[in-house]
Amino acid sequence: MVDTVHYALRITNCISHIRRAAGRITRRVLPLIFAMGCLSCSQQEPRADLVIANGAEPGSLDPATSKGLEELRIVMALWEGLMRVDPKTALPIPGLAERHEVSPDGKVYTFYLRANATWSTGQRITAHDFVYSWRRVLDPVTASEYAGQLFYLKNAEAYFNRTLKDPNELGVRALDDSTLRVELTNPTPFFLGLCAFQTLSVVPRDVVEKHGDDWMRVRPLPVSGPYQLERWSLNDRVRLRANPHYWDATNTHCQVVDLLPIRSASTAFNLYERGGLDIIWDKELIPSELFPILRPRSDFHSFNYLGTYFLRFNTTRKPLDDPRVRRALTMCIDKQRLVDKILKTGEVIGSHFVPPGTANCRSPEGLAFDPEGARQLLKEAGYPNGQGMRPIEYLFESVSGGGSVHSKIGVELQQMWQRELGIKVELRQMEKQVYLAAQRSLDYDVSRSTWIGDYNDPNTFLDLFRSNNGNNRTGWKNQPYDDLMDQASVLTDLDQRANLLRQAESILVRDEAPIAPLYFYSGFNYHNPDRISGIHGNVLDSHPINAIRVRKEPAR
Amino acid sequence: MFFLKRLLLLIPLLLVISFLAFILMRLAPGGPFDSDRAPASPEIERAIRAKYRLDEPVLKQYAHYLGDLAKGDLGLSTKYRNHTVNDIIVSALPVSMTLGGLAFFFALVLGIPWGVVMAVQRGQWGDYFWGLLSLLAACIPALVIGPILVLSLAVKAGWFPVALWESPLHVVLPTLTLGLLFAGKVARLVRESTTTTLQSEFITAARAKGLSESEILIKHALRLALLPVVSFSAPMLADLLTGSFVVETIFQIPGLGVFFVNSSLNRDYPLLMGLVLLYAGMLLFLNLLADLLLAKLDPRVKYE
Repeated sequence: MVDTVHYALRITNCISHIRRAAGRITRRVLPLIFAMGCLSCSQQEPRADLVIANGAEPGSLDPATSKGLEELRIVMALWEGLMRVDPKTALPIPGLAERHEVSPDGKVYTFYLRANATWSTGQRITAHDFVYSWRRVLDPVTASEYAGQLFYLKNAEAYFNRTLKDPNELGVRALDDSTLRVELTNPTPFFLGLCAFQTLSVVPRDVVEKHGDDWMRVRPLPVSGPYQLERWSLNDRVRLRANPHYWDATNTHCQVVDLLPIRSASTAFNLYERGGLDIIWDKELIPSELFPILRPRSDFHSFNYLGTYFLRFNTTRKPLDDPRVRRALTMCIDKQRLVDKILKTGEVIGSHFVPPGTANCRSPEGLAFDPEGARQLLKEAGYPNGQGMRPIEYLFESVSGGGSVHSKIGVELQQMWQRELGIKVELRQMEKQVYLAAQRSLDYDVSRSTWIGDYNDPNTFLDLFRSNNGNNRTGWKNQPYDDLMDQASVLTDLDQRANLLRQAESILVRDEAPIAPLYFYSGFNYHNPDRISGIHGNVLDSHPINAIRVRKEPAR
Repeated sequence: MFFLKRLLLLIPLLLVISFLAFILMRLAPGGPFDSDRAPASPEIERAIRAKYRLDEPVLKQYAHYLGDLAKGDLGLSTKYRNHTVNDIIVSALPVSMTLGGLAFFFALVLGIPWGVVMAVQRGQWGDYFWGLLSLLAACIPALVIGPILVLSLAVKAGWFPVALWESPLHVVLPTLTLGLLFAGKVARLVRESTTTTLQSEFITAARAKGLSESEILIKHALRLALLPVVSFSAPMLADLLTGSFVVETIFQIPGLGVFFVNSSLNRDYPLLMGLVLLYAGMLLFLNLLADLLLAKLDPRVKYE
């Protein structure tokens, strides 16, 4: 007892000594640290009218070089093109061009710009600005990864590949300040959709030319869309403020909008629950283990959009060079089981590649679930019950945070193929960049894959598997397929075109099967419908921010 | 003089580090421009690679890099194409330094007395109790402590914001999360060194001289017992000041830690190089400072 008291005394004594020593440090060091703190924590601003969890930190907000969904969503708010996207249907509606005319052969478009189309500086946006912006995308020096969106223009590909030097030969010309004439190589039924795509937006020539690579850092940045870029703090937020000079500014509902690059689903969810977020519009930011609880809530909005989860087969390797083997592998995948057991979010399973709901499309039925037929096919190919077949490698990428859908699907497929066909499957998980490099250099057997449509037409999907497409990545080359795609691209009759595309797609998913479609994507938005309106689920998962309204409500 | 000499020696060391990092990151499979969507034509890829000088031989690239580095230009990020590496460091480093500095301070202020208390009570229930706590603090990762703190103090109690980096109140939970781990480690360290010191002969001499226990502890024992903490502090501070991926992710803090991890996952060579050099420079410099401090604290340590 005495000992304890003795020690207690000693401790208090020590502590008082230490406190004195610490006091000296405190007086000198703490103010320094706090001064730094004040500098780095921005002074607390009033909350934005609308706060959105937007997924990853955007890499680029320049329309010519942005490509990720998280980038394109902000780019859409800052920059506009000839057309824009209808928030409900995602169909192209007039943007900076108030009307347009199409020639009877479908190859020449004439766009008439609005008289009140202005930059956020108040200066007029002219047809010459469009010519400049499109040429810039097609200039290899810009290094635009979406330059392919403009290849439908006459001479665009030649200009891009430097076989044609004179930009005046390009199929885009300004007839006067407000009239733009566009010539296409082929009638392109989805061209207006492309005109609403971010890459084709108009950018301010003088700023870009003056500042080069640094032009996105100019403030104030002259923009053509409904919002101005007020602040871009890395990994913190992008703050947008309504552009009063936007031609449709009266219909911009939220004045100040914050987009947060949130990395963790539970952080996003905590913020949402505490009122710090109005909308979570990134599927990865809704904790998947909470799906069963969240789905019945009125905040949870799901919709189908143009995305397909599928497998690529490496057709340059034995035994996958045999279509019978590929078809057999496809036919014994119980897709419904994958959707029910792993995803649990009601995705639609698919036997074809182009998602349902795509315009101008009549997809064929692909290979149905038929393990018996699959075994028969494998036998014909010379591998009865998988005998003589080497183990197959299944490639997928790791996702930070773990518990990824990809690995769970891999495990299921491994079991299905082993059980039904007697084929051994080795799972090979790789870091994302390594996985992509392996896929591209055909260093895999079977690889999980995703494709998200850029515009509402089967072409954005079927184009992929042309022999020379850089995204083919299966080594599959098929002349009849290429021919059908070529024939379809010159047709003006949409019905005939749909028939040809259907034939092409049946080669892809039924006869040759270089890919195995698994399911079509569902999109999710999480927001309180009593508070937020003007955001709609649509096939492009495209949600123009200027259409979103926030209803004022008493504080929670 | 000695300081200057050591400072100059850091330069060749940093060069070696930069060279190794430069080569190693290019040896890793996958590159910065592998993406879901291949560029529409090989021409674009060629153009992009030329823009970032990735089409040149590696040694030539390195020479160019050093040239730019000498001018203080760390280059353009390949992932964050609208930002230079300088930009990214300038915006994220102060945040990480604030959080890291506060956590460091918290770790020392909590850890040192904690360790002393354990040392003084060694072998008694207090030692076991505080020892267990310090072990827990040092072992439980931020990945666990962070969400527990958020759930209890922010989501349930509502005393603190759940995330983001806006006001001094926003700093509290991340500092606790980050600091506790190091406080636990410091406490363990101080306990061991204080225990050993208290058993040494000069302490017995001091007792014989008739000094009070607390005087012995503060004036004689602690001064020596804190030497390992000083050595340990240099790398710890370098770690803390350059950010923590986990804490920054949990609390959505715009610091450097996230860039460290993402730049290596994205194969963002210029950004990764910049961060490696920053971290290496900081580590070397702080170690040098620690050495100097040791010389000042410990009369037995002498430098030329």
